[in-house]
Amino acid sequence: MLSVLRTIWMVLLHTFRKRDTVQYPEEQPYLPPRYRGRIVLTRDPDGMERCVACNLCSVACPVDCISVVKTEDETGRWYPESFRINFSRCIYCGYCEEACPTYAIQLTPDFEMGEFDRQQMVYEKSDLTISGVGKRPGYNFYRVAGMAVGGKDKGEAENETAPVDVKTLLP
Amino acid sequence: MIFGLSESQLIGIALTAFETVAILLAVILTAALLIWVERRLLGVWQDRYGPNRVGPFGILQVVADMIKIFFKEDWIPPFADKAVFVIAPGIIMFTTLMAFAVVPFSPNLGVVDLNIGILFVLAMSSLGVYSVILAGWASDNKYSLLGGMRTAAQMISYEVFMGLSLLGVVLLAGSFDLRVIVESQAGMWNVIPQFPAFVIFFIAGIAEIHRAPFDLPEAEQELTAGYHTEYSGMKFGMFFVGEYLGIVLISCLVTVLFFGGWLGPWLPGIVWFVLKASFFIVFFVLLRAATVRPRYDQLMAFGWKILLPITLLNVAITGAVVMAMQ
Repeated sequence: MLSVLRTIWMVLLHTFRKRDTVQYPEEQPYLPPRYRGRIVLTRDPDGMERCVACNLCSVACPVDCISVVKTEDETGRWYPESFRINFSRCIYCGYCEEACPTYAIQLTPDFEMGEFDRQQMVYEKSDLTISGVGKRPGYNFYRVAGMAVGGKDKGEAENETAPVDVKTLLP
Repeated sequence: MIFGLSESQLIGIALTAFETVAILLAVILTAALLIWVERRLLGVWQDRYGPNRVGPFGILQVVADMIKIFFKEDWIPPFADKAVFVIAPGIIMFTTLMAFAVVPFSPNLGVVDLNIGILFVLAMSSLGVYSVILAGWASDNKYSLLGGMRTAAQMISYEVFMGLSLLGVVLLAGSFDLRVIVESQAGMWNVIPQFPAFVIFFIAGIAEIHRAPFDLPEAEQELTAGYHTEYSGMKFGMFFVGEYLGIVLISCLVTVLFFGGWLGPWLPGIVWFVLKASFFIVFFVLLRAATVRPRYDQLMAFGWKILLPITLLNVAITGAVVMAMQ
C-alpha cells in the first residue's frame, strides 16, 4: 500500500523533469558524417564522375535495389550509362559504399526522403550525382590506378612503377 | 396565461431549462476537453509532450478527435444483438449525465435539489453498470463478455462500500440532500472527521467508473479492449466520453461530499468548486500514470477483506459519536 503511494509521489515528481522528446521538424538532431542515409554518387576533385560502372555495388546490394548499365567513352574510360537506385527497397546497409573501389557511391546523413508516390522513390543518375567529393576529398581513381585511359598511359599513375618490358632480359 | 401558467412561472421554467442546458453543455465540454487534458498530463509525467501540434498547446486536438470519430465507419457486427448493442453506449451517457442533476455547483447553480440526492447518484451509477454489461453481452464476443462479467462483479462489490462510506457523511449532515451536506461543512470539511470514508469513497469511485488502476473490464493486455472491443465510431465515442463524464462526476461528488463544495474564502463559489473538482480530475490522471492494475482476485479481496471492514467500522464509530453528541 505504501509502495503505491510512493509510486504516485515519484511519478508526480516527474512534473519537474526535463522532457525527452525531440521536437523533430523544428529541432533537428545532429547526425554524424558516417550516418547511413540517402545514397549519392560523388565526383573526383577534377569534377569528373568517379563511378566506373563496375557493378560491384549492385552485386553487393542485399536487396538488389541498384541497377547500373555500363558504357565507355572514346578513350576507354568506363562510365555508367544509367545508374538507378530504388530507395523504396534500399535498407541503407552501406554495403554498396564498402564495395565501391572508387569511393563513388557514398551514404549521407540525410533521411528525409518521404514521397506520396512509390515511383518517386526511384532515383536516376542525375538525381544521385552531386557536384562534390563527399567523404573522400582529393581521391581520384584514375590518377592512382594502373589502367591506361585517355591521356595517361601505363606506368604514369601516381606511385606506379613503369611497366616491365617482357621483351628484354636486362634489369 | 399559457397551459394555466402565469408569466412569472413561465420565465422561471425557461430560466431553469436554460440553466439545465448550460450545465449539461459545460459538463460534456469538460469531459471532451479531458481527452486532451489527460493526454497532455500523461505526457508530462512520462517526460514527453503529448499532443501539442493542433492549435495552441494542442488544444484543438479535441476538435480533430471529434471530427475523426464522427466520420469513422459505424460498424455493427453481424453476430451482435443489434438493439441492445446500439442502446448500451447511450445508457452510460444518460445515467452519468442524470447524476449531474443533483450536484450543487454553487449556492445558486444546480439543476435540482432532491432530498434523496445521494441515493439518486448511487442509483444512477448503479444503472450505469447495465451499459457495460449489456455492451459485453450484445457484442457476442468472448473478450467483451469477460469484460462485462468482470464489470458486473467489480461494480456491484464496490457499490457496497461506496454507499456505506457515504453513511458517515449523511449522519454528520443529517440529510441526503447534497446542498444541505455542503452547507453543513461550513465549519469543517467532511474530509477531516470522515477521512477513511473519503479514501474509501475515492477508491470505490475509481472502481465504479473503471478507471486505472481498476480498469479490469477493459484490460487491454488480456481482453483486447474488454466490453467495447466491437464498438467503433461514435458508439465507442460514447463509452469514451462516458468514462470522462464519470471522472468529472466522481471528482464533483468528492468535492461536494468531503471538500465543502463551493465553500471557500475570497473567490466566488463556482470558482472554488471548479478548482477543487479539477484537483481530483488531475489526481485521476496521475493515478493512471502511476499505478498498476491489480489481479482480479486481488481486486475482490481488497474490496471485501479490507475496505468493507474499515467502512463498517467507520459507520459504527461515526454513529456512536453522533449519538453521544446528541
